[in-house]
Amino acid sequence: MNKMLTPQSEAELAECITAAQAPLHIIGGGTRGCAVAGDALTTQGLSGIELYEPGSLTLVAKAGTPLAEIETLLASEGQRMAFEPMDMRSLLGDSGTPTIGGAFAVNSSGPRRIQGGAARDYLLGVRFVDGSGQVIKNGGRVMKNVTGYDLVKLMAGAHGTLGVLSEVSLKVLPIPEASVTVSLAVADLAVAVQAMSAALGSPFDVTGAAYDPAVGLVHIRLEGFAPSVAYRQEKLTADLARFGTAETRQSSEALWKYIGSAAAFVGRTGDVWRISVKPSDAPRLAPQLGAEALQFDWGGGLIWALTPEGADLRTRMAQAGVAGHATLVRGSGETLAALGRFQPQARPLEEISKGLRRRFDPRGLLNPGLMDTDPMTPGRMG
Amino acid sequence: MEMPPPDPAILARKAHLVARLAAVLPGDALIQDPRETRAYECDGLAAYRCPPLLVVLPRSTQEVSDILRICHEEGVPVVPRGAGTSLAGGALPTADSVILGVARMNAVLETDYEDRVIRVQSGRTNLSVSGAVEEADFFYAPDPSSQLACAIAGNIAMNSGGAHCLKYGVTTNNLLGVTLVMMDGTVVEIGGAHLDAAGLDLLGVICGSEGQLGVVTEATLRILRKPEGARPVLIGFDSNEVAGTCVSDIIKAGVLPVAIEFMDRPCIEACEAFAKAGYPMCEALLIIEVEGSEAEIAHQLRLIVEIAQRHNPVELREASDADEAARIWLGRKSAFGAMGQINDYMCLDGTIPVGSLPLVLRRIGELSQQYGLAVANVFHAGDGNMHPLILFDANKPGDLELCEEFGAEVLKLCVDVGGCLTGEHGVGIEKRDLMLYQYSPRDLEAQLMVKDVFDPKWLLNPAKVFPLSISEDRRRAALAAE
Ligand SMILES: Cc1cc2nc3c(=O)[nH]c(=O)nc-3n(C[C@H](O)[C@H](O)[C@@H](O)COP(=O)(O)OP(=O)(O)OC[C@H]3O[C@@H](n4cnc5c(N)ncnc54)[C@H](O)[C@@H]3O)c2cc1C
Ligand SMILES: Cc1cc2nc3c(=O)[nH]c(=O)nc-3n(C[C@H](O)[C@H](O)[C@H](O)COP(=O)(O)OP(=O)(O)OC[C@H]3O[C@@H](n4cnc5c(N)ncnc54)[C@H](O)[C@@H]3O)c2cc1C
Repeated sequence: MNKMLTPQSEAELAECITAAQAPLHIIGGGTRGCAVAGDALTTQGLSGIELYEPGSLTLVAKAGTPLAEIETLLASEGQRMAFEPMDMRSLLGDSGTPTIGGAFAVNSSGPRRIQGGAARDYLLGVRFVDGSGQVIKNGGRVMKNVTGYDLVKLMAGAHGTLGVLSEVSLKVLPIPEASVTVSLAVADLAVAVQAMSAALGSPFDVTGAAYDPAVGLVHIRLEGFAPSVAYRQEKLTADLARFGTAETRQSSEALWKYIGSAAAFVGRTGDVWRISVKPSDAPRLAPQLGAEALQFDWGGGLIWALTPEGADLRTRMAQAGVAGHATLVRGSGETLAALGRFQPQARPLEEISKGLRRRFDPRGLLNPGLMDTDPMTPGRMG
Repeated sequence: MEMPPPDPAILARKAHLVARLAAVLPGDALIQDPRETRAYECDGLAAYRCPPLLVVLPRSTQEVSDILRICHEEGVPVVPRGAGTSLAGGALPTADSVILGVARMNAVLETDYEDRVIRVQSGRTNLSVSGAVEEADFFYAPDPSSQLACAIAGNIAMNSGGAHCLKYGVTTNNLLGVTLVMMDGTVVEIGGAHLDAAGLDLLGVICGSEGQLGVVTEATLRILRKPEGARPVLIGFDSNEVAGTCVSDIIKAGVLPVAIEFMDRPCIEACEAFAKAGYPMCEALLIIEVEGSEAEIAHQLRLIVEIAQRHNPVELREASDADEAARIWLGRKSAFGAMGQINDYMCLDGTIPVGSLPLVLRRIGELSQQYGLAVANVFHAGDGNMHPLILFDANKPGDLELCEEFGAEVLKLCVDVGGCLTGEHGVGIEKRDLMLYQYSPRDLEAQLMVKDVFDPKWLLNPAKVFPLSISEDRRRAALAAE
């Protein structure tokens, strides 16, 4: 019978891991919904905001703090997490309370990735417990820090395989005064990507560029002070007129949530893939994917694909000669077992990654197999 | 500064190593004439010098791979080098090491405006990356003051920043991919023109690893379209405290300028004497730059000025044209040069939480009295990255040591208030021994584990970043395994 461990402090977390005899399945809010065999270890008990300095744009919180709690506090000072952590609960059919630790553990970045960076770009410092039960800190709470190796980046996106985050410090940003979305009617994907490239290559500081082929609309987001947004909206609309007719919407929060959480696929059966490519490769790749539905974000560089179960999109990418990577975000047990959650890496990189896991987690306790992309590794389906 | 003694066995095998390298490199790529290797004896931290065993200047990834494979087989340490502008001694050789300079690898491999990326060989200078895309009104954002000379290779190794990183981020936020040659000669590709490389964020660890994990030969960098315009405002205050509060109020108000630079009185005086930029004589000066169209610039400057007015500035000067803008920047840009005119100086690089600015400046003032060495402060105030310049006289015996001691006190102070030892210059040899002040041995052990994975023999730039006492066992074990 599997246990559930709920440490109440970093010290207890270290004790749990030190004492562990069998693999641990690390859970933040558990909204990610992919099970690894083993006892569950949840960060629920490690919750609370420890420091917030709006004038320094920094916040420090324990890893199990609900994202919602942080968002509420930030909003009270007119600030936000600019990386737009995505909420996949509806897509994955999970309930649960997404945590700040979970968001950084998966490097969860939304539509603003193209302009402001990924989650990892906002993570200033971490405290974590590695697989040997050692408490380690790296980075800090200042915005510029090159003191020693950047393990902060390494921990972001490690999906809990190198250590369990106990505390994170992050950079936050002001919520801009205004936000508008210019939507262009474009039927053809190649034209849509050209339009998004033109927008992103303009001096108008675009913070979102997505294409929804289901309705044939390119969406371009502009944020900032009201007069500035109004100016850029006018300029950009004129510049983009050659690609399609434009309409502007003033309130676009719901739209970008819809895009960022791949809500278009909610309630539809099939596998869900998240593919990162060079934007200009998207038009060539998309028809080769055999998808039932597609959504494009990041100017075309992020493709969400809904496919029939078991389709191997990585092979199709390789056949199309397109570089990048594909994550199987939602798939049946068989598909996951056959294809693996993450893109296999070139042999030397896989060796480095394995070497790092072996050092940080010598007993193979933390989410074992989750990030292994070696087809021979059992339990890699995670 | 202590460096490990050279390995006599390596010195004795020099001719053999030269022969092996000569077999895979064109003649002009191998330098061993002491008159020519002298240029590689030090980097920007010129107080420390040591002639290397040899210098190699490869032209391709294949040549880099051959060099590293041979040095790996021979157990010879390698110190990667870009342009040698490091201020931390990151590129300082040891007598038994090979300097691997990438300066000849400076080609642009691909420019792609549609996907907003450029791929370059890593020896290309920072400024010439922007130069390569200027025709299309694009630029590469990280802009260290040394950008005319420093190479992308060094920028990646140090995760360099610049005046405009408040808005655009530092190197790591603008780097999408690298070709990395491992110490055993294996060539790996990490990332590329797409966002967020698959798997663990290895790119994130390589950036800022000070040449200790591998040699970067090519890089894919994010390029951005230039804003329509940019304009600075200059604001003078009669106290550091008030200037610091003003910075924090501007940020809290939701204005995010591209740059907020801060200068204190000693710095203002030196710059004024040197550059005659017409700065007001006051306790603290802010130069704040905003970007956008004319209307956007005007709007942001109005907000900034409104906030500044509440703090009773002694001077407020908005640039009305390019000429005035250049004049406002003139003094700041010549700050280091101005200091160099007066004296020898040591440039510190700690970062502090913005809120601790007044306290830290006051403490630095007290320490300056105590050590009897003058300090001028100039720094990136928006992100708390301080550059106190401590003035000393290199010809006066003991002055350098005194200055280093003073510097160490200031960096410890940065750590004490919740900041760090280095914001953009890196640890190198300079801050190596202070690492234990910021990190516990256990924290450092985690970093050493990363080095173990990438470079198990500890041959790449081995005496840097970590206190020698901490890395000693590993360096020795690697030698013994030979
Ligand atoms: C396969 C898959 C991949 C995903 N990838 C992305 C992505 O690339 N980008 C994106 O925007 N969103 C991604 N998500 C969405 C993600 O669910 C949410 O963005 C995130 O907020 C989940 O928070 P949580 O607290 O519920 O984490 P959980 O669902 O509990 O955990 C998420 C992952 O992080 C680990 N984890 C949780 N807390 C910690 C901690 N404190 N320390 C260390 N590890 C921890 C877990 O072991 C698990 O691997 C992905 C979801 C799935 C199913
Ligand atoms: C006047 C002046 C102003 C400066 N201003 C700034 C500033 O504003 N911001 C800032 O961040 N820095 C600044 N610096 C510091 C310095 O310019 C940066 O650290 C720069 O990035 C170093 O680049 P470089 O090519 O000269 O590297 P080098 O000095 O040659 O080497 C620096 C480090 O990089 C490693 N390295 C070099 N090439 C490679 C490679 N191919 N692969 C792996 N590792 C490699 C070296 O081993 C060394 O550890 C300044 C320096 C000076 C002298």
